[in-house]
Amino acid sequence: MYKVVIGLEVHCELKTKSKNFSSAPNTFSTFPNSNVAAVDLGLPGILPVVNKEACRKALLTAMALNCQNPDEVIFDRKNYFYPDLPKGYQITQVTKPMGVNGYLDVLVGDKIKRVKIHQLHLEEDTASLEHHPKYSLIDYNRSGIPLIEIVTEPCIESGEEAVAFLEDLRDVFLFLGVSEAKSNYGQMRCDVNISLMEEGSTKLGTKVEMKNINAFNNVKVAIEYEIKRQSALLDKGEKIIQETRRIAEDGKTYSMREKVDAIDYKYFIEPNIPSTPLRHEYLEELRSSLPELKLDRYLKYINKYNIGKSDAKVLAKVRSISDYFEEVLSYGSDVSLAVNFVTTSILSTLNKLEISVDELFISPKMLSEVIEYVYQGKISLDHGKKILYKAIEEKIDPIELIKKENLKQINDEDELLELIKKVMDDNLEQVRQYIEEDNKHVINFFIGQTMKVSNRQANPNKSLELIKCELERRKTDGK
Amino acid sequence: MYRGKNITKIRELLDKKVITKEEVFEKATSLAHYFQDEYNSFVTILDKVKIKDSDSLLSGIPYALKDNFSTRGILTTASSNILKDYVPVYDATVYKKLKKAGATLVGKTVLDELAMGGTGTTAHTGVVRNPWDKERMIGGSSAGSAACVALGIVPFAIGSDTGDSVRKPAGFGGIVGFKPTYGRISRYGLFAFASSLDHVAICSRNVRDAALVTDILKGQDPLDMVTLKSENVKYVDTLNDDIKGKKLFYIKEVCGKDFYKDTNDLVLKKVITTFHDMLDKCRDKGFIIEEVSIDMDLLTALYPAYMCISCAEATSNNANLTGIQFGPRGVGNTIEEIIFNARTEGFSELIKRRFVLGSYILQKENQEKLYLNACRVRRLIVDKITELFEEYDGMIAPCSGGVAPTFDSRSEKLSARYLILENHMVMGNFGGFPSITIPYTMIDKLPVGLNITGRVKDDALILNIAQKIEELTGLKDIYAKVGEIDV
Repeated sequence: MYKVVIGLEVHCELKTKSKNFSSAPNTFSTFPNSNVAAVDLGLPGILPVVNKEACRKALLTAMALNCQNPDEVIFDRKNYFYPDLPKGYQITQVTKPMGVNGYLDVLVGDKIKRVKIHQLHLEEDTASLEHHPKYSLIDYNRSGIPLIEIVTEPCIESGEEAVAFLEDLRDVFLFLGVSEAKSNYGQMRCDVNISLMEEGSTKLGTKVEMKNINAFNNVKVAIEYEIKRQSALLDKGEKIIQETRRIAEDGKTYSMREKVDAIDYKYFIEPNIPSTPLRHEYLEELRSSLPELKLDRYLKYINKYNIGKSDAKVLAKVRSISDYFEEVLSYGSDVSLAVNFVTTSILSTLNKLEISVDELFISPKMLSEVIEYVYQGKISLDHGKKILYKAIEEKIDPIELIKKENLKQINDEDELLELIKKVMDDNLEQVRQYIEEDNKHVINFFIGQTMKVSNRQANPNKSLELIKCELERRKTDGK
Repeated sequence: MYRGKNITKIRELLDKKVITKEEVFEKATSLAHYFQDEYNSFVTILDKVKIKDSDSLLSGIPYALKDNFSTRGILTTASSNILKDYVPVYDATVYKKLKKAGATLVGKTVLDELAMGGTGTTAHTGVVRNPWDKERMIGGSSAGSAACVALGIVPFAIGSDTGDSVRKPAGFGGIVGFKPTYGRISRYGLFAFASSLDHVAICSRNVRDAALVTDILKGQDPLDMVTLKSENVKYVDTLNDDIKGKKLFYIKEVCGKDFYKDTNDLVLKKVITTFHDMLDKCRDKGFIIEEVSIDMDLLTALYPAYMCISCAEATSNNANLTGIQFGPRGVGNTIEEIIFNARTEGFSELIKRRFVLGSYILQKENQEKLYLNACRVRRLIVDKITELFEEYDGMIAPCSGGVAPTFDSRSEKLSARYLILENHMVMGNFGGFPSITIPYTMIDKLPVGLNITGRVKDDALILNIAQKIEELTGLKDIYAKVGEIDV
């Protein structure tokens, strides 16, 4: 058996109006070379102008990942020749990344795994290349899009952990609103470094790199294949070659190139961008804008609100839903009713209508009012949900609906008893079954009938009690 | 009627309607064509111009632009084969501002290839000759810009100055060369040589014109992050301020009288003597001028430090010249071959040598010793000069130890003393100090310049001092009166 050591390098495109160093729009376009400024083409004489919003988002993400921020923002040049890099260098951060020495706690199964973050830095994306048999095409739309790179320490031990980390990291991006992180658009990409070491050894094995994996599931597949491949080689006493591999559609990895010598990128500080000191107040302001993240919300839900784990997971997963849920609670709503309404009615409605919770007609305030009616027993849960659906459909305040349709519950016991007696008189066979055969199932039958006859206005709890009493009375009387 | 006139005089002719803007442009271009074969100032001479209506002082004033400023639709070669057919798609900020002011572009001027070099002999279109003596260099890299002003073709030209690329040829050409504080003028659209040292600079025939043009060009540019905040002053307004009591220093190890008393170089001797005569005249005028001494080791390190930093930055800045996005496409089967061949054919040996040097200097194993040490030397020198500027208003020195060199002068004067005297103006680039060259004497009918360098952001004072000294030289508005043409 070998110990698996995995480090990840995650690239994520930031959501900003313009590119990182030019005024060209940062939007996804399928029309090649349509979002391009002179700066993105690396034409002679161009100069970079730093996108403040990209810096803010990178710093915010670094904070969310518990990193230390630098005292100033500066950039470095990474020099190398490649057709997707029009300037012949990439503006990136080596000397002072936006964040260092952080971590992200990730829920793997039932346990919390702390993934250490080596650094987070801001850089620019390259152009994209399209290769044909006899030629290649360059699309500069991607050239210069702000990109953050997050480098973990080699502390991940399985494909499952890697995927859990990537999913949680994506949720961090989404919670912060810094990126849409769509891996199918290549907005989030991952390089995997993996090596195996002998159990008990302290010496790291030879590292194999797998570049630019978009789909998270492929990360898992690639890791698992590599563990198998490398284990088999080591078992045979063979050496692992330090190389870059790629994952193919068959789920296997193939060698791309051997790494003879690491490339010397001849870094130096970008002279066209003056250093910007990061004031303490600015950083504190930024820090105070950090939202509570997924894991913290999840833990709060199960520990403070006693919500079941699966519901807690669902509620904490998407920030807008979690925010919605918490706002409902902020009006003093009953927790279990709020969980029930949000995880069923609200989520199913969102799915059905394919809208986000922000577009939903029912505001948290409205929902909390409906919940209050149910909680006070003025309407049944079932009824509450029906009203909610109707309110969404007709875009009417649910409370108005309750009032308008006079759907108030019958709580008056005399009135209820009269109803129940009538129902029983109409169904003497069922009464007989209760008295003579001691058949308790008929209770449900009578509740159903009472609800039906009352136009679903009968208070179900009170009706239940009254039905039981009336049946017992008739049983005693009958004897 | 037109040739050799300064901006103010041409303005007068235009305002009094003695001549039209179109006629002025025609005269300038005819001069440009007339001198082109002999002196080779231009890569491109324009044949038509759209003159923007403007009430600027520069409206209708012809000028030339170094061929490393991006001009939309006008060939811009940086005097290199790798850009020999390059037509930019955008305008440099400097060009935009001049266009807006209504100044008329006569042509794009020859430079040392990619602005790297100080001779004016390395352009892909051939050598530039000194108007005062065709057998001599004008110096570079802004060779064409200096030459066309020295010939009286245009009253001013724009150049770029990374080491002394405007101030040196200005000295050899008998004209004014002014490099304002780093960040005063936007570099957007100037083809980068060494970004931390590159300045936009102005060639003119008097200090006032240099101030006039700087007033138009200066100001913060959102496209160049290192530009300084715009100030609401005009340099031309303070040119005549009283300079009584202004303190200047010269560095003993650069131009001290005693420092050169044993030299056999007669021209050098003359330069030093006439320079000190000029200092005396300045003293009579009210300047206080003193000698200071600076650690010789520091001064000796100037040129090597400059080479390290500029070559390192140049390697990176010119990495876009691959023939992939623009420029002649190299042949080859792999991308490496294509880039390799384009660059092998596109650059001259001199440029390749600088790139190899720069690459070597930046390599991981050399960076600490070469690049970072050079940066330290730069900081030490700048700190030292800045410290002196606490007491003094400016530093003064001759531009060179001699007159313009001949083309066949192969004398590799590599003595420490020579290296300092020939390269001290790079201090202005290291610190981003405002720095101006003006002619102060003629030796063997050839002009010699002196240089004044001042505190960062003190551009107005340096121009003021230079104008006062200009009054003492009797060499204001001179140009080389060669050629049989009267326009």
